[in-house]
Amino acid sequence: MGREQQQAAYTVEQLVAVNPYNPDILTDLENYVNEQVSSQTYSLDANLCLLRLYQFEPGRMSVPIVVRILIKALMAMPAPDFSLCLFLIPEQVQMEEQIKTLIVLSHYLETARFRQFWEEAAKNRSTLEVVPGFEQAIQAYAIHVLSLTYQKVPRPVIAEAINIEGLSLDKFLEYHVANSGWVLEKGHSRSQLMVLPRNEFNHPELKKNTVDGMPFEHVTRIFPILS
Amino acid sequence: MASSYDYDDASLDSRYARPPSAGQGGAGTDQGYDPNFVPDSVKTFVVHLYRHIREKNVYEIHQMYDGSFQRLSDRMFRESPWPSVEAIAPYVDNDHVFCLLYREMWFRHLYARLSPTGRQRVESWDNYCSLFSVVLHGVVNMQLPNQWLWDMVDEFVYQFQSYCQYRAKLKNKTEEELQLLRQYDQAWNVYGVLNYLQALVEKSAITDVLEREKEGLEQFTATDGYDYEGGTSNVLKMLGYYSMIGLLRVHCLLGDYHTGLKCLAPIDISQQGVYNVVIGSHISTIYHYGFANLMLRRYVEAIREFNKILLYILKYKQYHQKSPQYDQILKKNEQMYALLAICLSLCPQNNLVEENVNSQLRDKYNEKMTKMLRYDDEAYAVYDELFTYACPKFITPSAPVLEEPLTNYNQDAYRLQLKLFLYEVKQQQLLSGVRSFLKLYSTISVGKLAAYMEVDEPTLRTILMTYKHKMHAVDGDGKIIPNADVDFYISEDIVHVVESKPTKRYGDYFLRQILKFEEMISELDRIKLD
Repeated sequence: MGREQQQAAYTVEQLVAVNPYNPDILTDLENYVNEQVSSQTYSLDANLCLLRLYQFEPGRMSVPIVVRILIKALMAMPAPDFSLCLFLIPEQVQMEEQIKTLIVLSHYLETARFRQFWEEAAKNRSTLEVVPGFEQAIQAYAIHVLSLTYQKVPRPVIAEAINIEGLSLDKFLEYHVANSGWVLEKGHSRSQLMVLPRNEFNHPELKKNTVDGMPFEHVTRIFPILS
Repeated sequence: MASSYDYDDASLDSRYARPPSAGQGGAGTDQGYDPNFVPDSVKTFVVHLYRHIREKNVYEIHQMYDGSFQRLSDRMFRESPWPSVEAIAPYVDNDHVFCLLYREMWFRHLYARLSPTGRQRVESWDNYCSLFSVVLHGVVNMQLPNQWLWDMVDEFVYQFQSYCQYRAKLKNKTEEELQLLRQYDQAWNVYGVLNYLQALVEKSAITDVLEREKEGLEQFTATDGYDYEGGTSNVLKMLGYYSMIGLLRVHCLLGDYHTGLKCLAPIDISQQGVYNVVIGSHISTIYHYGFANLMLRRYVEAIREFNKILLYILKYKQYHQKSPQYDQILKKNEQMYALLAICLSLCPQNNLVEENVNSQLRDKYNEKMTKMLRYDDEAYAVYDELFTYACPKFITPSAPVLEEPLTNYNQDAYRLQLKLFLYEVKQQQLLSGVRSFLKLYSTISVGKLAAYMEVDEPTLRTILMTYKHKMHAVDGDGKIIPNADVDFYISEDIVHVVESKPTKRYGDYFLRQILKFEEMISELDRIKLD
């Protein structure tokens, strides 16, 4: 069963690479979107190809499929996939209720308004439930933004960002302490702090200084002179 | 959003200098144009051109194509088309391929100097189909100048864009024109255009050629794509190469920036390559590459490339003053300054812009850039204005609905891209304020900064995270690239600011001076003193 699915996915990717400007592959691409949803995989190229074909043949556009593509794109954050998809969706279609909701959700995520995001998401469970793995993907994005920004982040900030509290939050933090190099610390006023792993974004001294670096090709230009 | 820049391009074709008395609607009906009359100079022209093509004398072909054709057009065909292909065919042995090439030039001249009718647009499409089919079947055995081959692809995409605009303005069409649209619904269809470009890329195997060249197994860039020894045809190969740029352009017109960049990927623009041999192709490549990166929020990449090309144009535009592409070069130059102004307002940088380019930029846009950094209503108007001026002419690719009510929807695609762009600008609204505060401090507590910015602490935390998110773009391989010149990190509730100081680039400076002096020394060595 798995092998067959793998082969089918291989064929669709091939189609997109070799023969993308072809209305006959529209149905295959739609099936592929559903497959991405059920098997929790993702292919930006195939989905953009489908949105292009919808642009060429507006009569064949399916709003439920577009909704699924957009949810998948949200899950790909911080990559700008959601905007890339919106560029290809006509204005009238963007007025559909579900799509308007997704645009609002994207806005909250883009501006790091996690509290408002989770509130709005809760109100729209029915739309989002369609795609398994949504919550985890957004939580991963939230952690990503936190690790760009903080060396030491207070517990309430994490809680709000990933929408987990209480015992579940304890479990979540324990997991990351064990597996992702997080360290629990006590901040002032005895609040809990998570020390996030050092990377070049929250520890600028780790940033490689490439300002005075030169591409090797440029240096080769003076080799004839030096010899 | 009303903007002061006229977006309608069908009647304001600034691609070529147009004489003020250009014929209106329906070329060939004014001033007693006789398609069958062939002046002697034209006779000589086609006979010589045909001979040079047969003899594969690329240099002479280029002289005739770039020089004689323009001079004859200026002298004799300012406001009328060239003689029809049927009239000149007898002088060139009725050679099928030559006639297709002549017709391509014929239509290009028509678009530049006059206004093509609906029927002529369709006929031009047919001509391109025949021409490309012949090339794809591998039966074209000639070497043509790169300028000509680039112009073919460039014109192909341009006429497609022009037709989409034409087709989307239904309100004032006559019944005859509507009937033509109904009858020839396959003309300039988007699948055809994309598939021809794709076919040229594939059939020429140009990506393989470029790959092999990287490993030193093939000469391509070194000979500018020509085959000086073997004399094999360069037509399919070069059309394939230029079609990659054509595909980038078409995808930008559709709003699909990601795929456009993918189409360009086999060409390494950090190196010299065939794409910058013809200045038109160089400018078109960088313009669309930069624009796509701007829409993908990769501001630093866009700024870098715009800076390089604007510097190049500054240095070398004087050599192209006589060329028919000069106006187009100037126009794109101005548009790229506008895009650079936008990029630098969204993502200020200290030392990415060369000083001559920077002074030109300040001359043109200093006031506007100050306004854009303020992020009030006036700022949005400026972003709107510059985007409208500088963006590609987006198209609606689907076939028109030819029933009542007939509307003009040629601006829909542009309006969507503009709306989404301004939406992105709005999301970055508060970042400029954060940046100015961060520049003043090396550390500051979250509470104090929130007070200065007149927001509460949780809001400030979200603003700071937004700054981090927006200023770190994700490139094609999923890597995170920092874009900001002012950076920070938060430790519990203290913000520590890190400003990247503009460092002197000694290495680069020495390198350039070494090369310059070496050049001077070899120049001096060459001078013989009597």
